[in-house]
Amino acid sequence: MAESTSASTSSARPIEWRVATVAEIITETPRVRTLVLDLLHWPGHRAGQHVDVRLTAEDGYQTERSYSIASPPEAARISLTIERLEDGEVSSYLVGELRVGDPLELRGPIGGHFAWSVKDGGPLLCIGGGSGIVPLMAMLRHRAAATDELRRTIPARLLYSSRNWSELIYRDELEHLAAADPTLAVTYTITREPPPSWAGFRRRIDLPMLEEVAWPASSRPHVFVCGPTPLVEAVAEGLVALGFEPQSVRTERFGPTGA
Amino acid sequence: MTSPISHGFHGRRPDAGAAVKLPPGQYETHDFPVLSAGPTPHTPLANWDFTLGGVDGASARWSWAELEALPHETITRDIHCVTKWSKFDTVWNGISIDTIIEAGKVKGITSAPFIVASCDGGYTTNLPLADVTGGKAWLAVGYDGKPLPAEHGGPVRLLVPHLYFWKSAKWIRGIRFHDRDEPGFWEELGYHMRGDPWKEQRYTGDA
Repeated sequence: MAESTSASTSSARPIEWRVATVAEIITETPRVRTLVLDLLHWPGHRAGQHVDVRLTAEDGYQTERSYSIASPPEAARISLTIERLEDGEVSSYLVGELRVGDPLELRGPIGGHFAWSVKDGGPLLCIGGGSGIVPLMAMLRHRAAATDELRRTIPARLLYSSRNWSELIYRDELEHLAAADPTLAVTYTITREPPPSWAGFRRRIDLPMLEEVAWPASSRPHVFVCGPTPLVEAVAEGLVALGFEPQSVRTERFGPTGA
Repeated sequence: MTSPISHGFHGRRPDAGAAVKLPPGQYETHDFPVLSAGPTPHTPLANWDFTLGGVDGASARWSWAELEALPHETITRDIHCVTKWSKFDTVWNGISIDTIIEAGKVKGITSAPFIVASCDGGYTTNLPLADVTGGKAWLAVGYDGKPLPAEHGGPVRLLVPHLYFWKSAKWIRGIRFHDRDEPGFWEELGYHMRGDPWKEQRYTGDA
């Protein structure tokens, strides 16, 4: 397992394209699927990293997109969780057309900033919106794979914003993880259509919500924020207003870019 | 390696005009996506300055007003982000790096073969001098006829449109000359030292 991703300038090995095979497809929500991939010689990754995927049409036309890895480093197979975007050239193929047994060309892992390992310690504060949960889930799964003793030293909190209850990705797994782990707290905010008896947050993430859910800046958590740009901007600015060091807040943004 | 055919994938071909403007692996977007590794900094203009530093440790400084007094140009260019989007015919206003270097010479700053740009928030990126001189790079202060918004790097960002856009460092506060090519923030994390989109130099080791 590669522990360090800072490919320094001394090691100039290219990140090679590889052909994975789709081993399993999991329907997460009506618009979101997880592709579980068989892949020989995967060099290993850190939770939070991503891969580049390349599609090739019959006439040779190619296009590429980046997708976060959903599986933790410990998993036997890597998985990608992909949301079908309105008019998405690649996501509509990956979510709608791709079948078990099909090849999928990719290269990675890529990115070393939005990445976390239990060795980095905690507390771990994850804040996500929509499919921005994916790299955060890799971190929570990685943390869940640690020994009980180690995990207890790394308290974790997840604040997850979704428009609807039915669009929450990994809901059952998150419930499971939180039920089995008193050092993990999962908080949802459902911004458009909360379930009828919903007693939780029902608004976009704002300063009072962050103040209530996040640890104080003085406990110096590792902070990872991933989601659409307006959410990431609001959360990052809110955390800075609450006294967090800007450099302790790591962000990744998903723009509606026709991907 | 031959890429496998993605059965059932037809794709959305760019039209002929767009196809010649798109580097390999890129697609055209009409949005202007925001990408950055941390919170957006907001330095008041009264506290803002720009520093040009020499290899010998000497430095020259411009306040916001002094920078604004230098000659500005309007530039229309295509931009290409390593996350795969390209945006055509973006219109910027800014000061040529040639102008900054000339003004630095007057203040006693000698150039060297490489630079590192440094920014509010701690971001850095490295470039060969040849990639930022000869009318190829600017300190951009305006976008689309308006002051550059903070989320896109305002008040001032580096603009090097012929390289992947992570080289166009947001919230730039200084440039320092170096004798050697020293990796910046993303370059330390596995991204390419130069980043030419037409050669698809995305990551360390790409041709």
